Amino acid sequence: MTRTLFDKLWESHRVKILEGGEALIAIDRVFLHERTGSVALESIVESGRSPHAPENVFCTVDHIVSNKEGRGQDDARMPGGEVFITATRKAAKATGINLIDVLDADQGIVHVISPELGIAQPGLTLVCPDSHTCSQGALGALAWGIGSTDAEHAIVTGTLRVKKPPQMRITIHGALNVGVTAKDVALHIIALYGAAGAKRCAVEYAGGAVENMSVEERLTLCNMAVEFAAFTAIIAPDVKVSDYLKGKKYSPKGGAWQQASEAWQGLQSDERAKFDYDYEIDADDIKPVVTWGTSPEHAVSIDGQVPQGADYKALSYMGLNVGEVLAALPIGGAFIGSCTNGRLSDLRSAASILKGRRVAEGITAICVPGSMAVRREAEAEGLDIVFKQAGFEWGAPGCAFCFYAGGETFAPKTRVISSTNRNFEGRQGPEVRTHLASPTVVAASAVAGYICDPKNLEPLA
Amino acid sequence: MTPFLTHSGIAVPLLNDNIDTDQIIPSREMKTVSKTGLAAGLFAGQRYSEGRTPNPDFALNQTKFDGASILLSGKNFGCGSSREHAVWALKDYGFRAVIAESFGEIFYNNCVRNGVLPIQMQAKDILNLGARVAVDLPNQTANKIAFDIGQGDKTMLIEGLDMIGQTLIHKANIGAFFERDKISNPWKY
Repeated sequence: MTRTLFDKLWESHRVKILEGGEALIAIDRVFLHERTGSVALESIVESGRSPHAPENVFCTVDHIVSNKEGRGQDDARMPGGEVFITATRKAAKATGINLIDVLDADQGIVHVISPELGIAQPGLTLVCPDSHTCSQGALGALAWGIGSTDAEHAIVTGTLRVKKPPQMRITIHGALNVGVTAKDVALHIIALYGAAGAKRCAVEYAGGAVENMSVEERLTLCNMAVEFAAFTAIIAPDVKVSDYLKGKKYSPKGGAWQQASEAWQGLQSDERAKFDYDYEIDADDIKPVVTWGTSPEHAVSIDGQVPQGADYKALSYMGLNVGEVLAALPIGGAFIGSCTNGRLSDLRSAASILKGRRVAEGITAICVPGSMAVRREAEAEGLDIVFKQAGFEWGAPGCAFCFYAGGETFAPKTRVISSTNRNFEGRQGPEVRTHLASPTVVAASAVAGYICDPKNLEPLA
Repeated sequence: MTPFLTHSGIAVPLLNDNIDTDQIIPSREMKTVSKTGLAAGLFAGQRYSEGRTPNPDFALNQTKFDGASILLSGKNFGCGSSREHAVWALKDYGFRAVIAESFGEIFYNNCVRNGVLPIQMQAKDILNLGARVAVDLPNQTANKIAFDIGQGDKTMLIEGLDMIGQTLIHKANIGAFFERDKISNPWKY
């Protein structure tokens, strides 16, 4: 019988099938952050239970931590937020798990540092009480987001109770056009099938366009799977993934590396494997995409307009009308960062547009690298200078302006072009109007002062 | 966890699609490391006008929905952030069940873990439920309309079990699995 990649990972982690049809699935790695992990760790301490394998549990501080350069170890984005940081530190020590603290050289957004440190690997199961954990499917890991109670369950028992999800494959044939990024592919798919379009499936991305993507681009594509109502996303690991992971801090070393590389070679769907849904897309149909509304499915190509029949509530929140052209809307803010687009390649592509240019008058422009490592590497290449000279703020790593937890953000009703993942009402702050796009579209729009396709920017003199 | 067998209560409709967990509880309302005390933050973005006074247009502030304990919604309810605070806030406010066309996957599981019953139903059935809904979980009906639910989830809800305790019953199986896996996949350890 043929099997999908997902079937193979599922079966190799299935401890037993429980009464009621759920499976008890072995969990290889758990990642936590201070926002939703703190409560799980505290609950473990209070219950008197202990982790099954504390050496395989990692916790970072990314959500509430200040994004200002020179921050102290307890500095939060909003008053009172430090309680999440100090509680996490205390509970991490009490449970003996690995804490990647605010001032550590490895600190960063959980989904950026998870592959960067080699914690996520092909063939592993990895869970985290954060919805964007599906990002790690880009490496061929079976990774998915859970709640805090399930995180506690995974840490204590080494397992989770899971209903096997249905399966979907999306094959993207051909090659992406110049200027089209993984972010555009993700938004195109969500606009095409809807924000509930993945029907709680495990989604395998395949096809020439996906094979051509770098590991970082695949992380962006898989990151957005949760906005598509997927259980998770996964991509068969190839030599790019092995090359990416080799020598990383927590990657297997020596003989173990040989064993791992051999094991990873078998991780792909069988040729005639059956999926519950099997969709095919032509890469040539995908253009740079920008959202107009308050769900990621409210997306059109950047040369498009607000569609007929657009949701009234969304239009009212966004201050838009049917038929308005997106690529002319004046903006007040621009943000580059997040677990979706806060990696080195994202910063490089934005900097390639910003170099020698300045953001338009009156625009608040902010770049927050996804991790300390991304920040260091960017600074070694002089990207920080490019961003700062263009008029961007250069922040300290964290989830930053992707979501609002109180404290500083854009003013109400500000129209913000953002490389993040959610344009929900109030997501970036009360009444803030978020338009999702790729880092290059964000950079070009910041320079133009209105939503702008990079190819339409005035050439440098 | 409180067992869920039957429940009858006032149903409040919030029938938009894609009501995300940021709407259910905005992040700025999550002020302490705690699973309780979150009712005031429920739907805070829409429930309050300036000065945190009740917004009369929002259903939860209307007299006819006072004491509502069942929430009706559209497609993809609870999508977005994994924050379990969304369920804790609903529960804290007094909701026992959510009936929607479909749910965000993580939110759905979070409901089951906290004794809040998530019921998936077709839109036309949801519209026919009326102002009061009587839910019978053992018989899988809401106002006599049948619904599906996974057997494992149903058992957990009906018995109100501590899931970690239930899983630790299988501790020997889990230990044996990892011992075998250490031999066949030593690179993972």
